[in-house]
Amino acid sequence: MHVVVFTRSTPDTAAKVEVDANGQVTWGDAATVVNPWDEYSLEEAILQAQNNGGKSTVIAIGTEMHNDALKHSLAMGLDAAIRVWDDALEGTDSLAWATVAAAAVNKLGDVDLVIFGKESVDVGTDQHNYQTARKLGWPMLSYVAQILEVDYDAKTIKVERMLEQGRQIVTSKLPAVISVMKDINEPRYPSFIGIRKASKAEIPVWSLADLGVDLPATHTSTPTFKNLPKVDIQVEIMQGDIDEQVATLVDRLLEEKVL
Amino acid sequence: MSAVYVWIETFEGAANPASWEALGAGRQLADAAGVPLTAIVLGENAGAIANEAAQHGAEKAIVCEDATLHGFRLEPYAALLSHLVESNQPKAVVAVGTNSARELLAASAADTNSGLLTEITDMSLASDGSVQVTRPAYAGKVISEVTIDAAGTQFLLLRGRAFTPLDVDESATADITTVDAVLAEDEIATKIEAFEAASGTVNLSDAAIIVSGGRGMANNPAEAPPDAEDPVVWKAKDGFANTLTPLANVLGAAIGASRAAVDAGFIPYAHQVGQTGKTVSPDLYIACGISGAIQHQAGMRTSKIIVAINKDAEAPIFKLARFGIVGDLYEVVPALTEELKKRLGQQ
Repeated sequence: MHVVVFTRSTPDTAAKVEVDANGQVTWGDAATVVNPWDEYSLEEAILQAQNNGGKSTVIAIGTEMHNDALKHSLAMGLDAAIRVWDDALEGTDSLAWATVAAAAVNKLGDVDLVIFGKESVDVGTDQHNYQTARKLGWPMLSYVAQILEVDYDAKTIKVERMLEQGRQIVTSKLPAVISVMKDINEPRYPSFIGIRKASKAEIPVWSLADLGVDLPATHTSTPTFKNLPKVDIQVEIMQGDIDEQVATLVDRLLEEKVL
Repeated sequence: MSAVYVWIETFEGAANPASWEALGAGRQLADAAGVPLTAIVLGENAGAIANEAAQHGAEKAIVCEDATLHGFRLEPYAALLSHLVESNQPKAVVAVGTNSARELLAASAADTNSGLLTEITDMSLASDGSVQVTRPAYAGKVISEVTIDAAGTQFLLLRGRAFTPLDVDESATADITTVDAVLAEDEIATKIEAFEAASGTVNLSDAAIIVSGGRGMANNPAEAPPDAEDPVVWKAKDGFANTLTPLANVLGAAIGASRAAVDAGFIPYAHQVGQTGKTVSPDLYIACGISGAIQHQAGMRTSKIIVAINKDAEAPIFKLARFGIVGDLYEVVPALTEELKKRLGQQ
């Protein structure tokens, strides 16, 4: 069996992200990390490949900065990494991304399962997950909290999904695309040996010509960014003994009409 | 450009009331574009829900009650929506970005090679027919402004609670069209085997009030029983159940938690607010024993009023809060609960 996971480099979750005078998004000296949601999809790909005698491949679509996420993935234990980039992808949207992602999976040829993290924190969306499934023509199982059964020979999978209303058990045919939640596993830290091996890895770069795809038209503009409005809140600390403090707090909340 | 479509999410034969926010946003867009506002209602009881949608502002409705659409599944829903978009070329498709809506609109946008924007907090129609959108990026740390062109159907997913529903007009009716499903059951790869409803708690994403607990929940003065596996975890769980929950019950609030509390095993992940949890914007967010790490702020900073209850007067949460009490949550929260019972007449 062959499992594929997509990842990308995003600013460290603790980094202060700002927009500079030129309108560029910056995070100072802070490192990039693997998109935090992808820790779980990467771990699940490793487990699926290990438990089923298969192979795991991680793919990033993007510029060289995404090599960091790929090397982290290799250090965790993914078997192979590929970066897809082409200048023609600059300024394109999730439709182009999903078209390219599907083409990369199709080029690998023997893929049974594609795993995504729940969303990408930098672009703040999960739309590319579902769009990749549609471009592949495969079923999509999102918000997977647990893989209950998977049979790569019979080509079936049974999962538990975490929805707003509760937990749902769903079966599907393979190949399929899934996106996984934090509940699904405990991501491992890369081992020292893994990090050393990954640092030497040569990561192949596939272009659009390698994939043989034409991009759909992009309908959304390149975003412009601005900083959050300055939080102009002066906190009012409640005074007096506890009874006075909570009484004043309730007064204030009633004045603000939020109760 | 025939209409502005709004997908009305249904669950077990009832509308998700968040959908009325999408009709509110859709109404503005439809009026600006001079086209009708059409509710798309699929699944159990769709006809009756279409009438409800009319009372919330839809002039037209397209409904399908086919058995394949009972319970949301992406394949049959997306096949039908994409078919409707291809046949009727609507100006836009709008929905509030719940789990199912995010999947459905993204899938249909991919099927029809249309533009899509998610997590929209504000939008306006330009004279050339493009829609200018404001949305968060980088986990809510910056604001992004994007335009979606007028070339095809514009798929627009709204952040929950960012748009206001219209006033209900109980006499309004919609012009209803019934359509057939596109896929037959044997053409659908996924089957729903079982469903277990979440235990009677308020859903975080559409809660008007959220009471949240953090690492400080471990400072519970209650004595852990000698057979408790981990006394710290026991204390924190007891605090969520017997200190925060009574406050949440008085307020009709949902229970949230910081990542620290979830990672320590105090409460299930479904309650996590923040960068790797849920993003919420309630009217009132009461943070109890939460220091307010930047990752947590990313998930709750758009709350209208934030109240911080924390022992540490230097905690970053006080920089975000409108009101604060510096003190032990295990003393403050029960006192606040009692005061609220008195004042809200729940004695």
